Amino acid sequence: MSLLTLSNIAHLYFSKNTYTKALDQISFQVKKGEFISLLGPSGCGKSTILSIIAGLIQPTSGEVLVNEASTNTSNQLTGYMLQQDYLFPWKTVLDNILLGPQIRKQQNASMRERANQLLEEVGLPNVADLYPHSLSGGMRQRAALVRTLITEPEILLLDEPFSALDYQTKLKLEDLVFKMLRTYHKTAILVTHDIGEAISMSDRIIVMRANPGTIAKIFDVPIEIRNEIPFLVRRHQKYDLLFDKIWNELNQQEAKSAPE
Amino acid sequence: MKNSSDYQLFSAYQKQLKTEKKIVLIWQCLLLIGFFSLWELSSRLYWIDPLLFSSPSRIINLVLERFANGTMWTHLQITMFETILGFIIGTLLGIVLAIMLWASERFSNIMDPYLVIMNAMPKVALGPIFIVALGPGYISIIAMGAIISIIITTLVVYSAFREIDPNYRKVLLSFGATKWQCFHKAVFPASLPVMISTLKVNVGLSWVGVIVGEFLVSKQGLGYLIVYGFQVFDFTLVMASLLLIAIIAAVMYKLVEQLEKWLIRHRIDS
Repeated sequence: MSLLTLSNIAHLYFSKNTYTKALDQISFQVKKGEFISLLGPSGCGKSTILSIIAGLIQPTSGEVLVNEASTNTSNQLTGYMLQQDYLFPWKTVLDNILLGPQIRKQQNASMRERANQLLEEVGLPNVADLYPHSLSGGMRQRAALVRTLITEPEILLLDEPFSALDYQTKLKLEDLVFKMLRTYHKTAILVTHDIGEAISMSDRIIVMRANPGTIAKIFDVPIEIRNEIPFLVRRHQKYDLLFDKIWNELNQQEAKSAPE
Repeated sequence: MKNSSDYQLFSAYQKQLKTEKKIVLIWQCLLLIGFFSLWELSSRLYWIDPLLFSSPSRIINLVLERFANGTMWTHLQITMFETILGFIIGTLLGIVLAIMLWASERFSNIMDPYLVIMNAMPKVALGPIFIVALGPGYISIIAMGAIISIIITTLVVYSAFREIDPNYRKVLLSFGATKWQCFHKAVFPASLPVMISTLKVNVGLSWVGVIVGEFLVSKQGLGYLIVYGFQVFDFTLVMASLLLIAIIAAVMYKLVEQLEKWLIRHRIDS
């Protein structure tokens, strides 16, 4: 049984003088505990898929099923992590983290305790009372991870959460997120344009093509590197093999769409 | 050794800052004293007509005398009361209107042309209508002090609401926040600096509305004293009123500035 099913999703964006088909015929399933990456060029509708799953946008047609049941708002089950941390600068780190529970009216003393515990787990002890501007980019993104995790989402939606970080921080955070998700048995969908990131973190990689955004090909990550932490995956020979395959696939997509 | 020389450079820099500050202050004082001395001198030597331009000594005598016999206080109080109330009402209504525009895109589209016209309209021209509608008293004057800042506050604050990075809302929406929660958690606090900066503009605008209102109503207040002094050719009274307005307006501006600092430090945390 799959946790999440997207069935034949299509989405149109309208503007005053024109409309664009952002997504077409998007169908895939995600099992509980699975890590999926959506990989593709910018403008292929990857982020739109996440927004649809999160219930932030209603697809023009098609259905999102969670636990085999149709849903319009899967908000309670999903946690969204954006490209940048978007911590509110006028709130302390702790207040930022408690934003989700506060909105869902679940804020209480045990939540505070949980927040502090999670902060410690991501390697940020003693920052709860600081304001975000005094933290580095990597620290802020880790705090944002805690903000997402505290509402106990079933499915984490990661919208290029590492793309605004420097390379070293990015690699470290990949490892951290990977470990945290494994520890808490979370399901995750990562949107990225970084082939290496997709291979090193996921179980399956959905390669997309643009105009309209459709699924081009789905790659299974070899079993040997699935459970390895991202940093070590990058040194594995299977990594290079898969990298080449995906690279070629993306190039073909580009070549196909070029003549227009 | 190296550290101590670094420190010396630093203290030299600090000293330079202090000297600069002192020079500026000295010049400011010189300008003030110079201006008033020149005025006094030219008036006494009849370089300018003392009947028209009065002189600082006469003005100060008049102010002291009027304060002593209490005839200045009422005017001063009424003008301050009108200005403060006009300022508060204008700012609050402006922000409320901006919130309404934000809450409904359709309302905002409907209101758009009217806001443009009302903004372009010189508000003090509405004075006679207020006096007819609200009576020739302080209510009309307060209304003028308020109307002059409402629309500009609305436009500035509304555009600030709209310029908030939509990703802050996305964070909240991903937790299932309602529109009102988004407003009160992200949009409002993020636009607070803009709202506070409109306060400083509005306090100045309210003075314009109130003084013009007092010109028109001509019953009491510093604006009335100016018109009255002009009509009876008592320019010492006109100048004295101007001097008081300048002082109080500056004090109010400084107070609003302090309020601004305080608000920024204690962001309405919710």
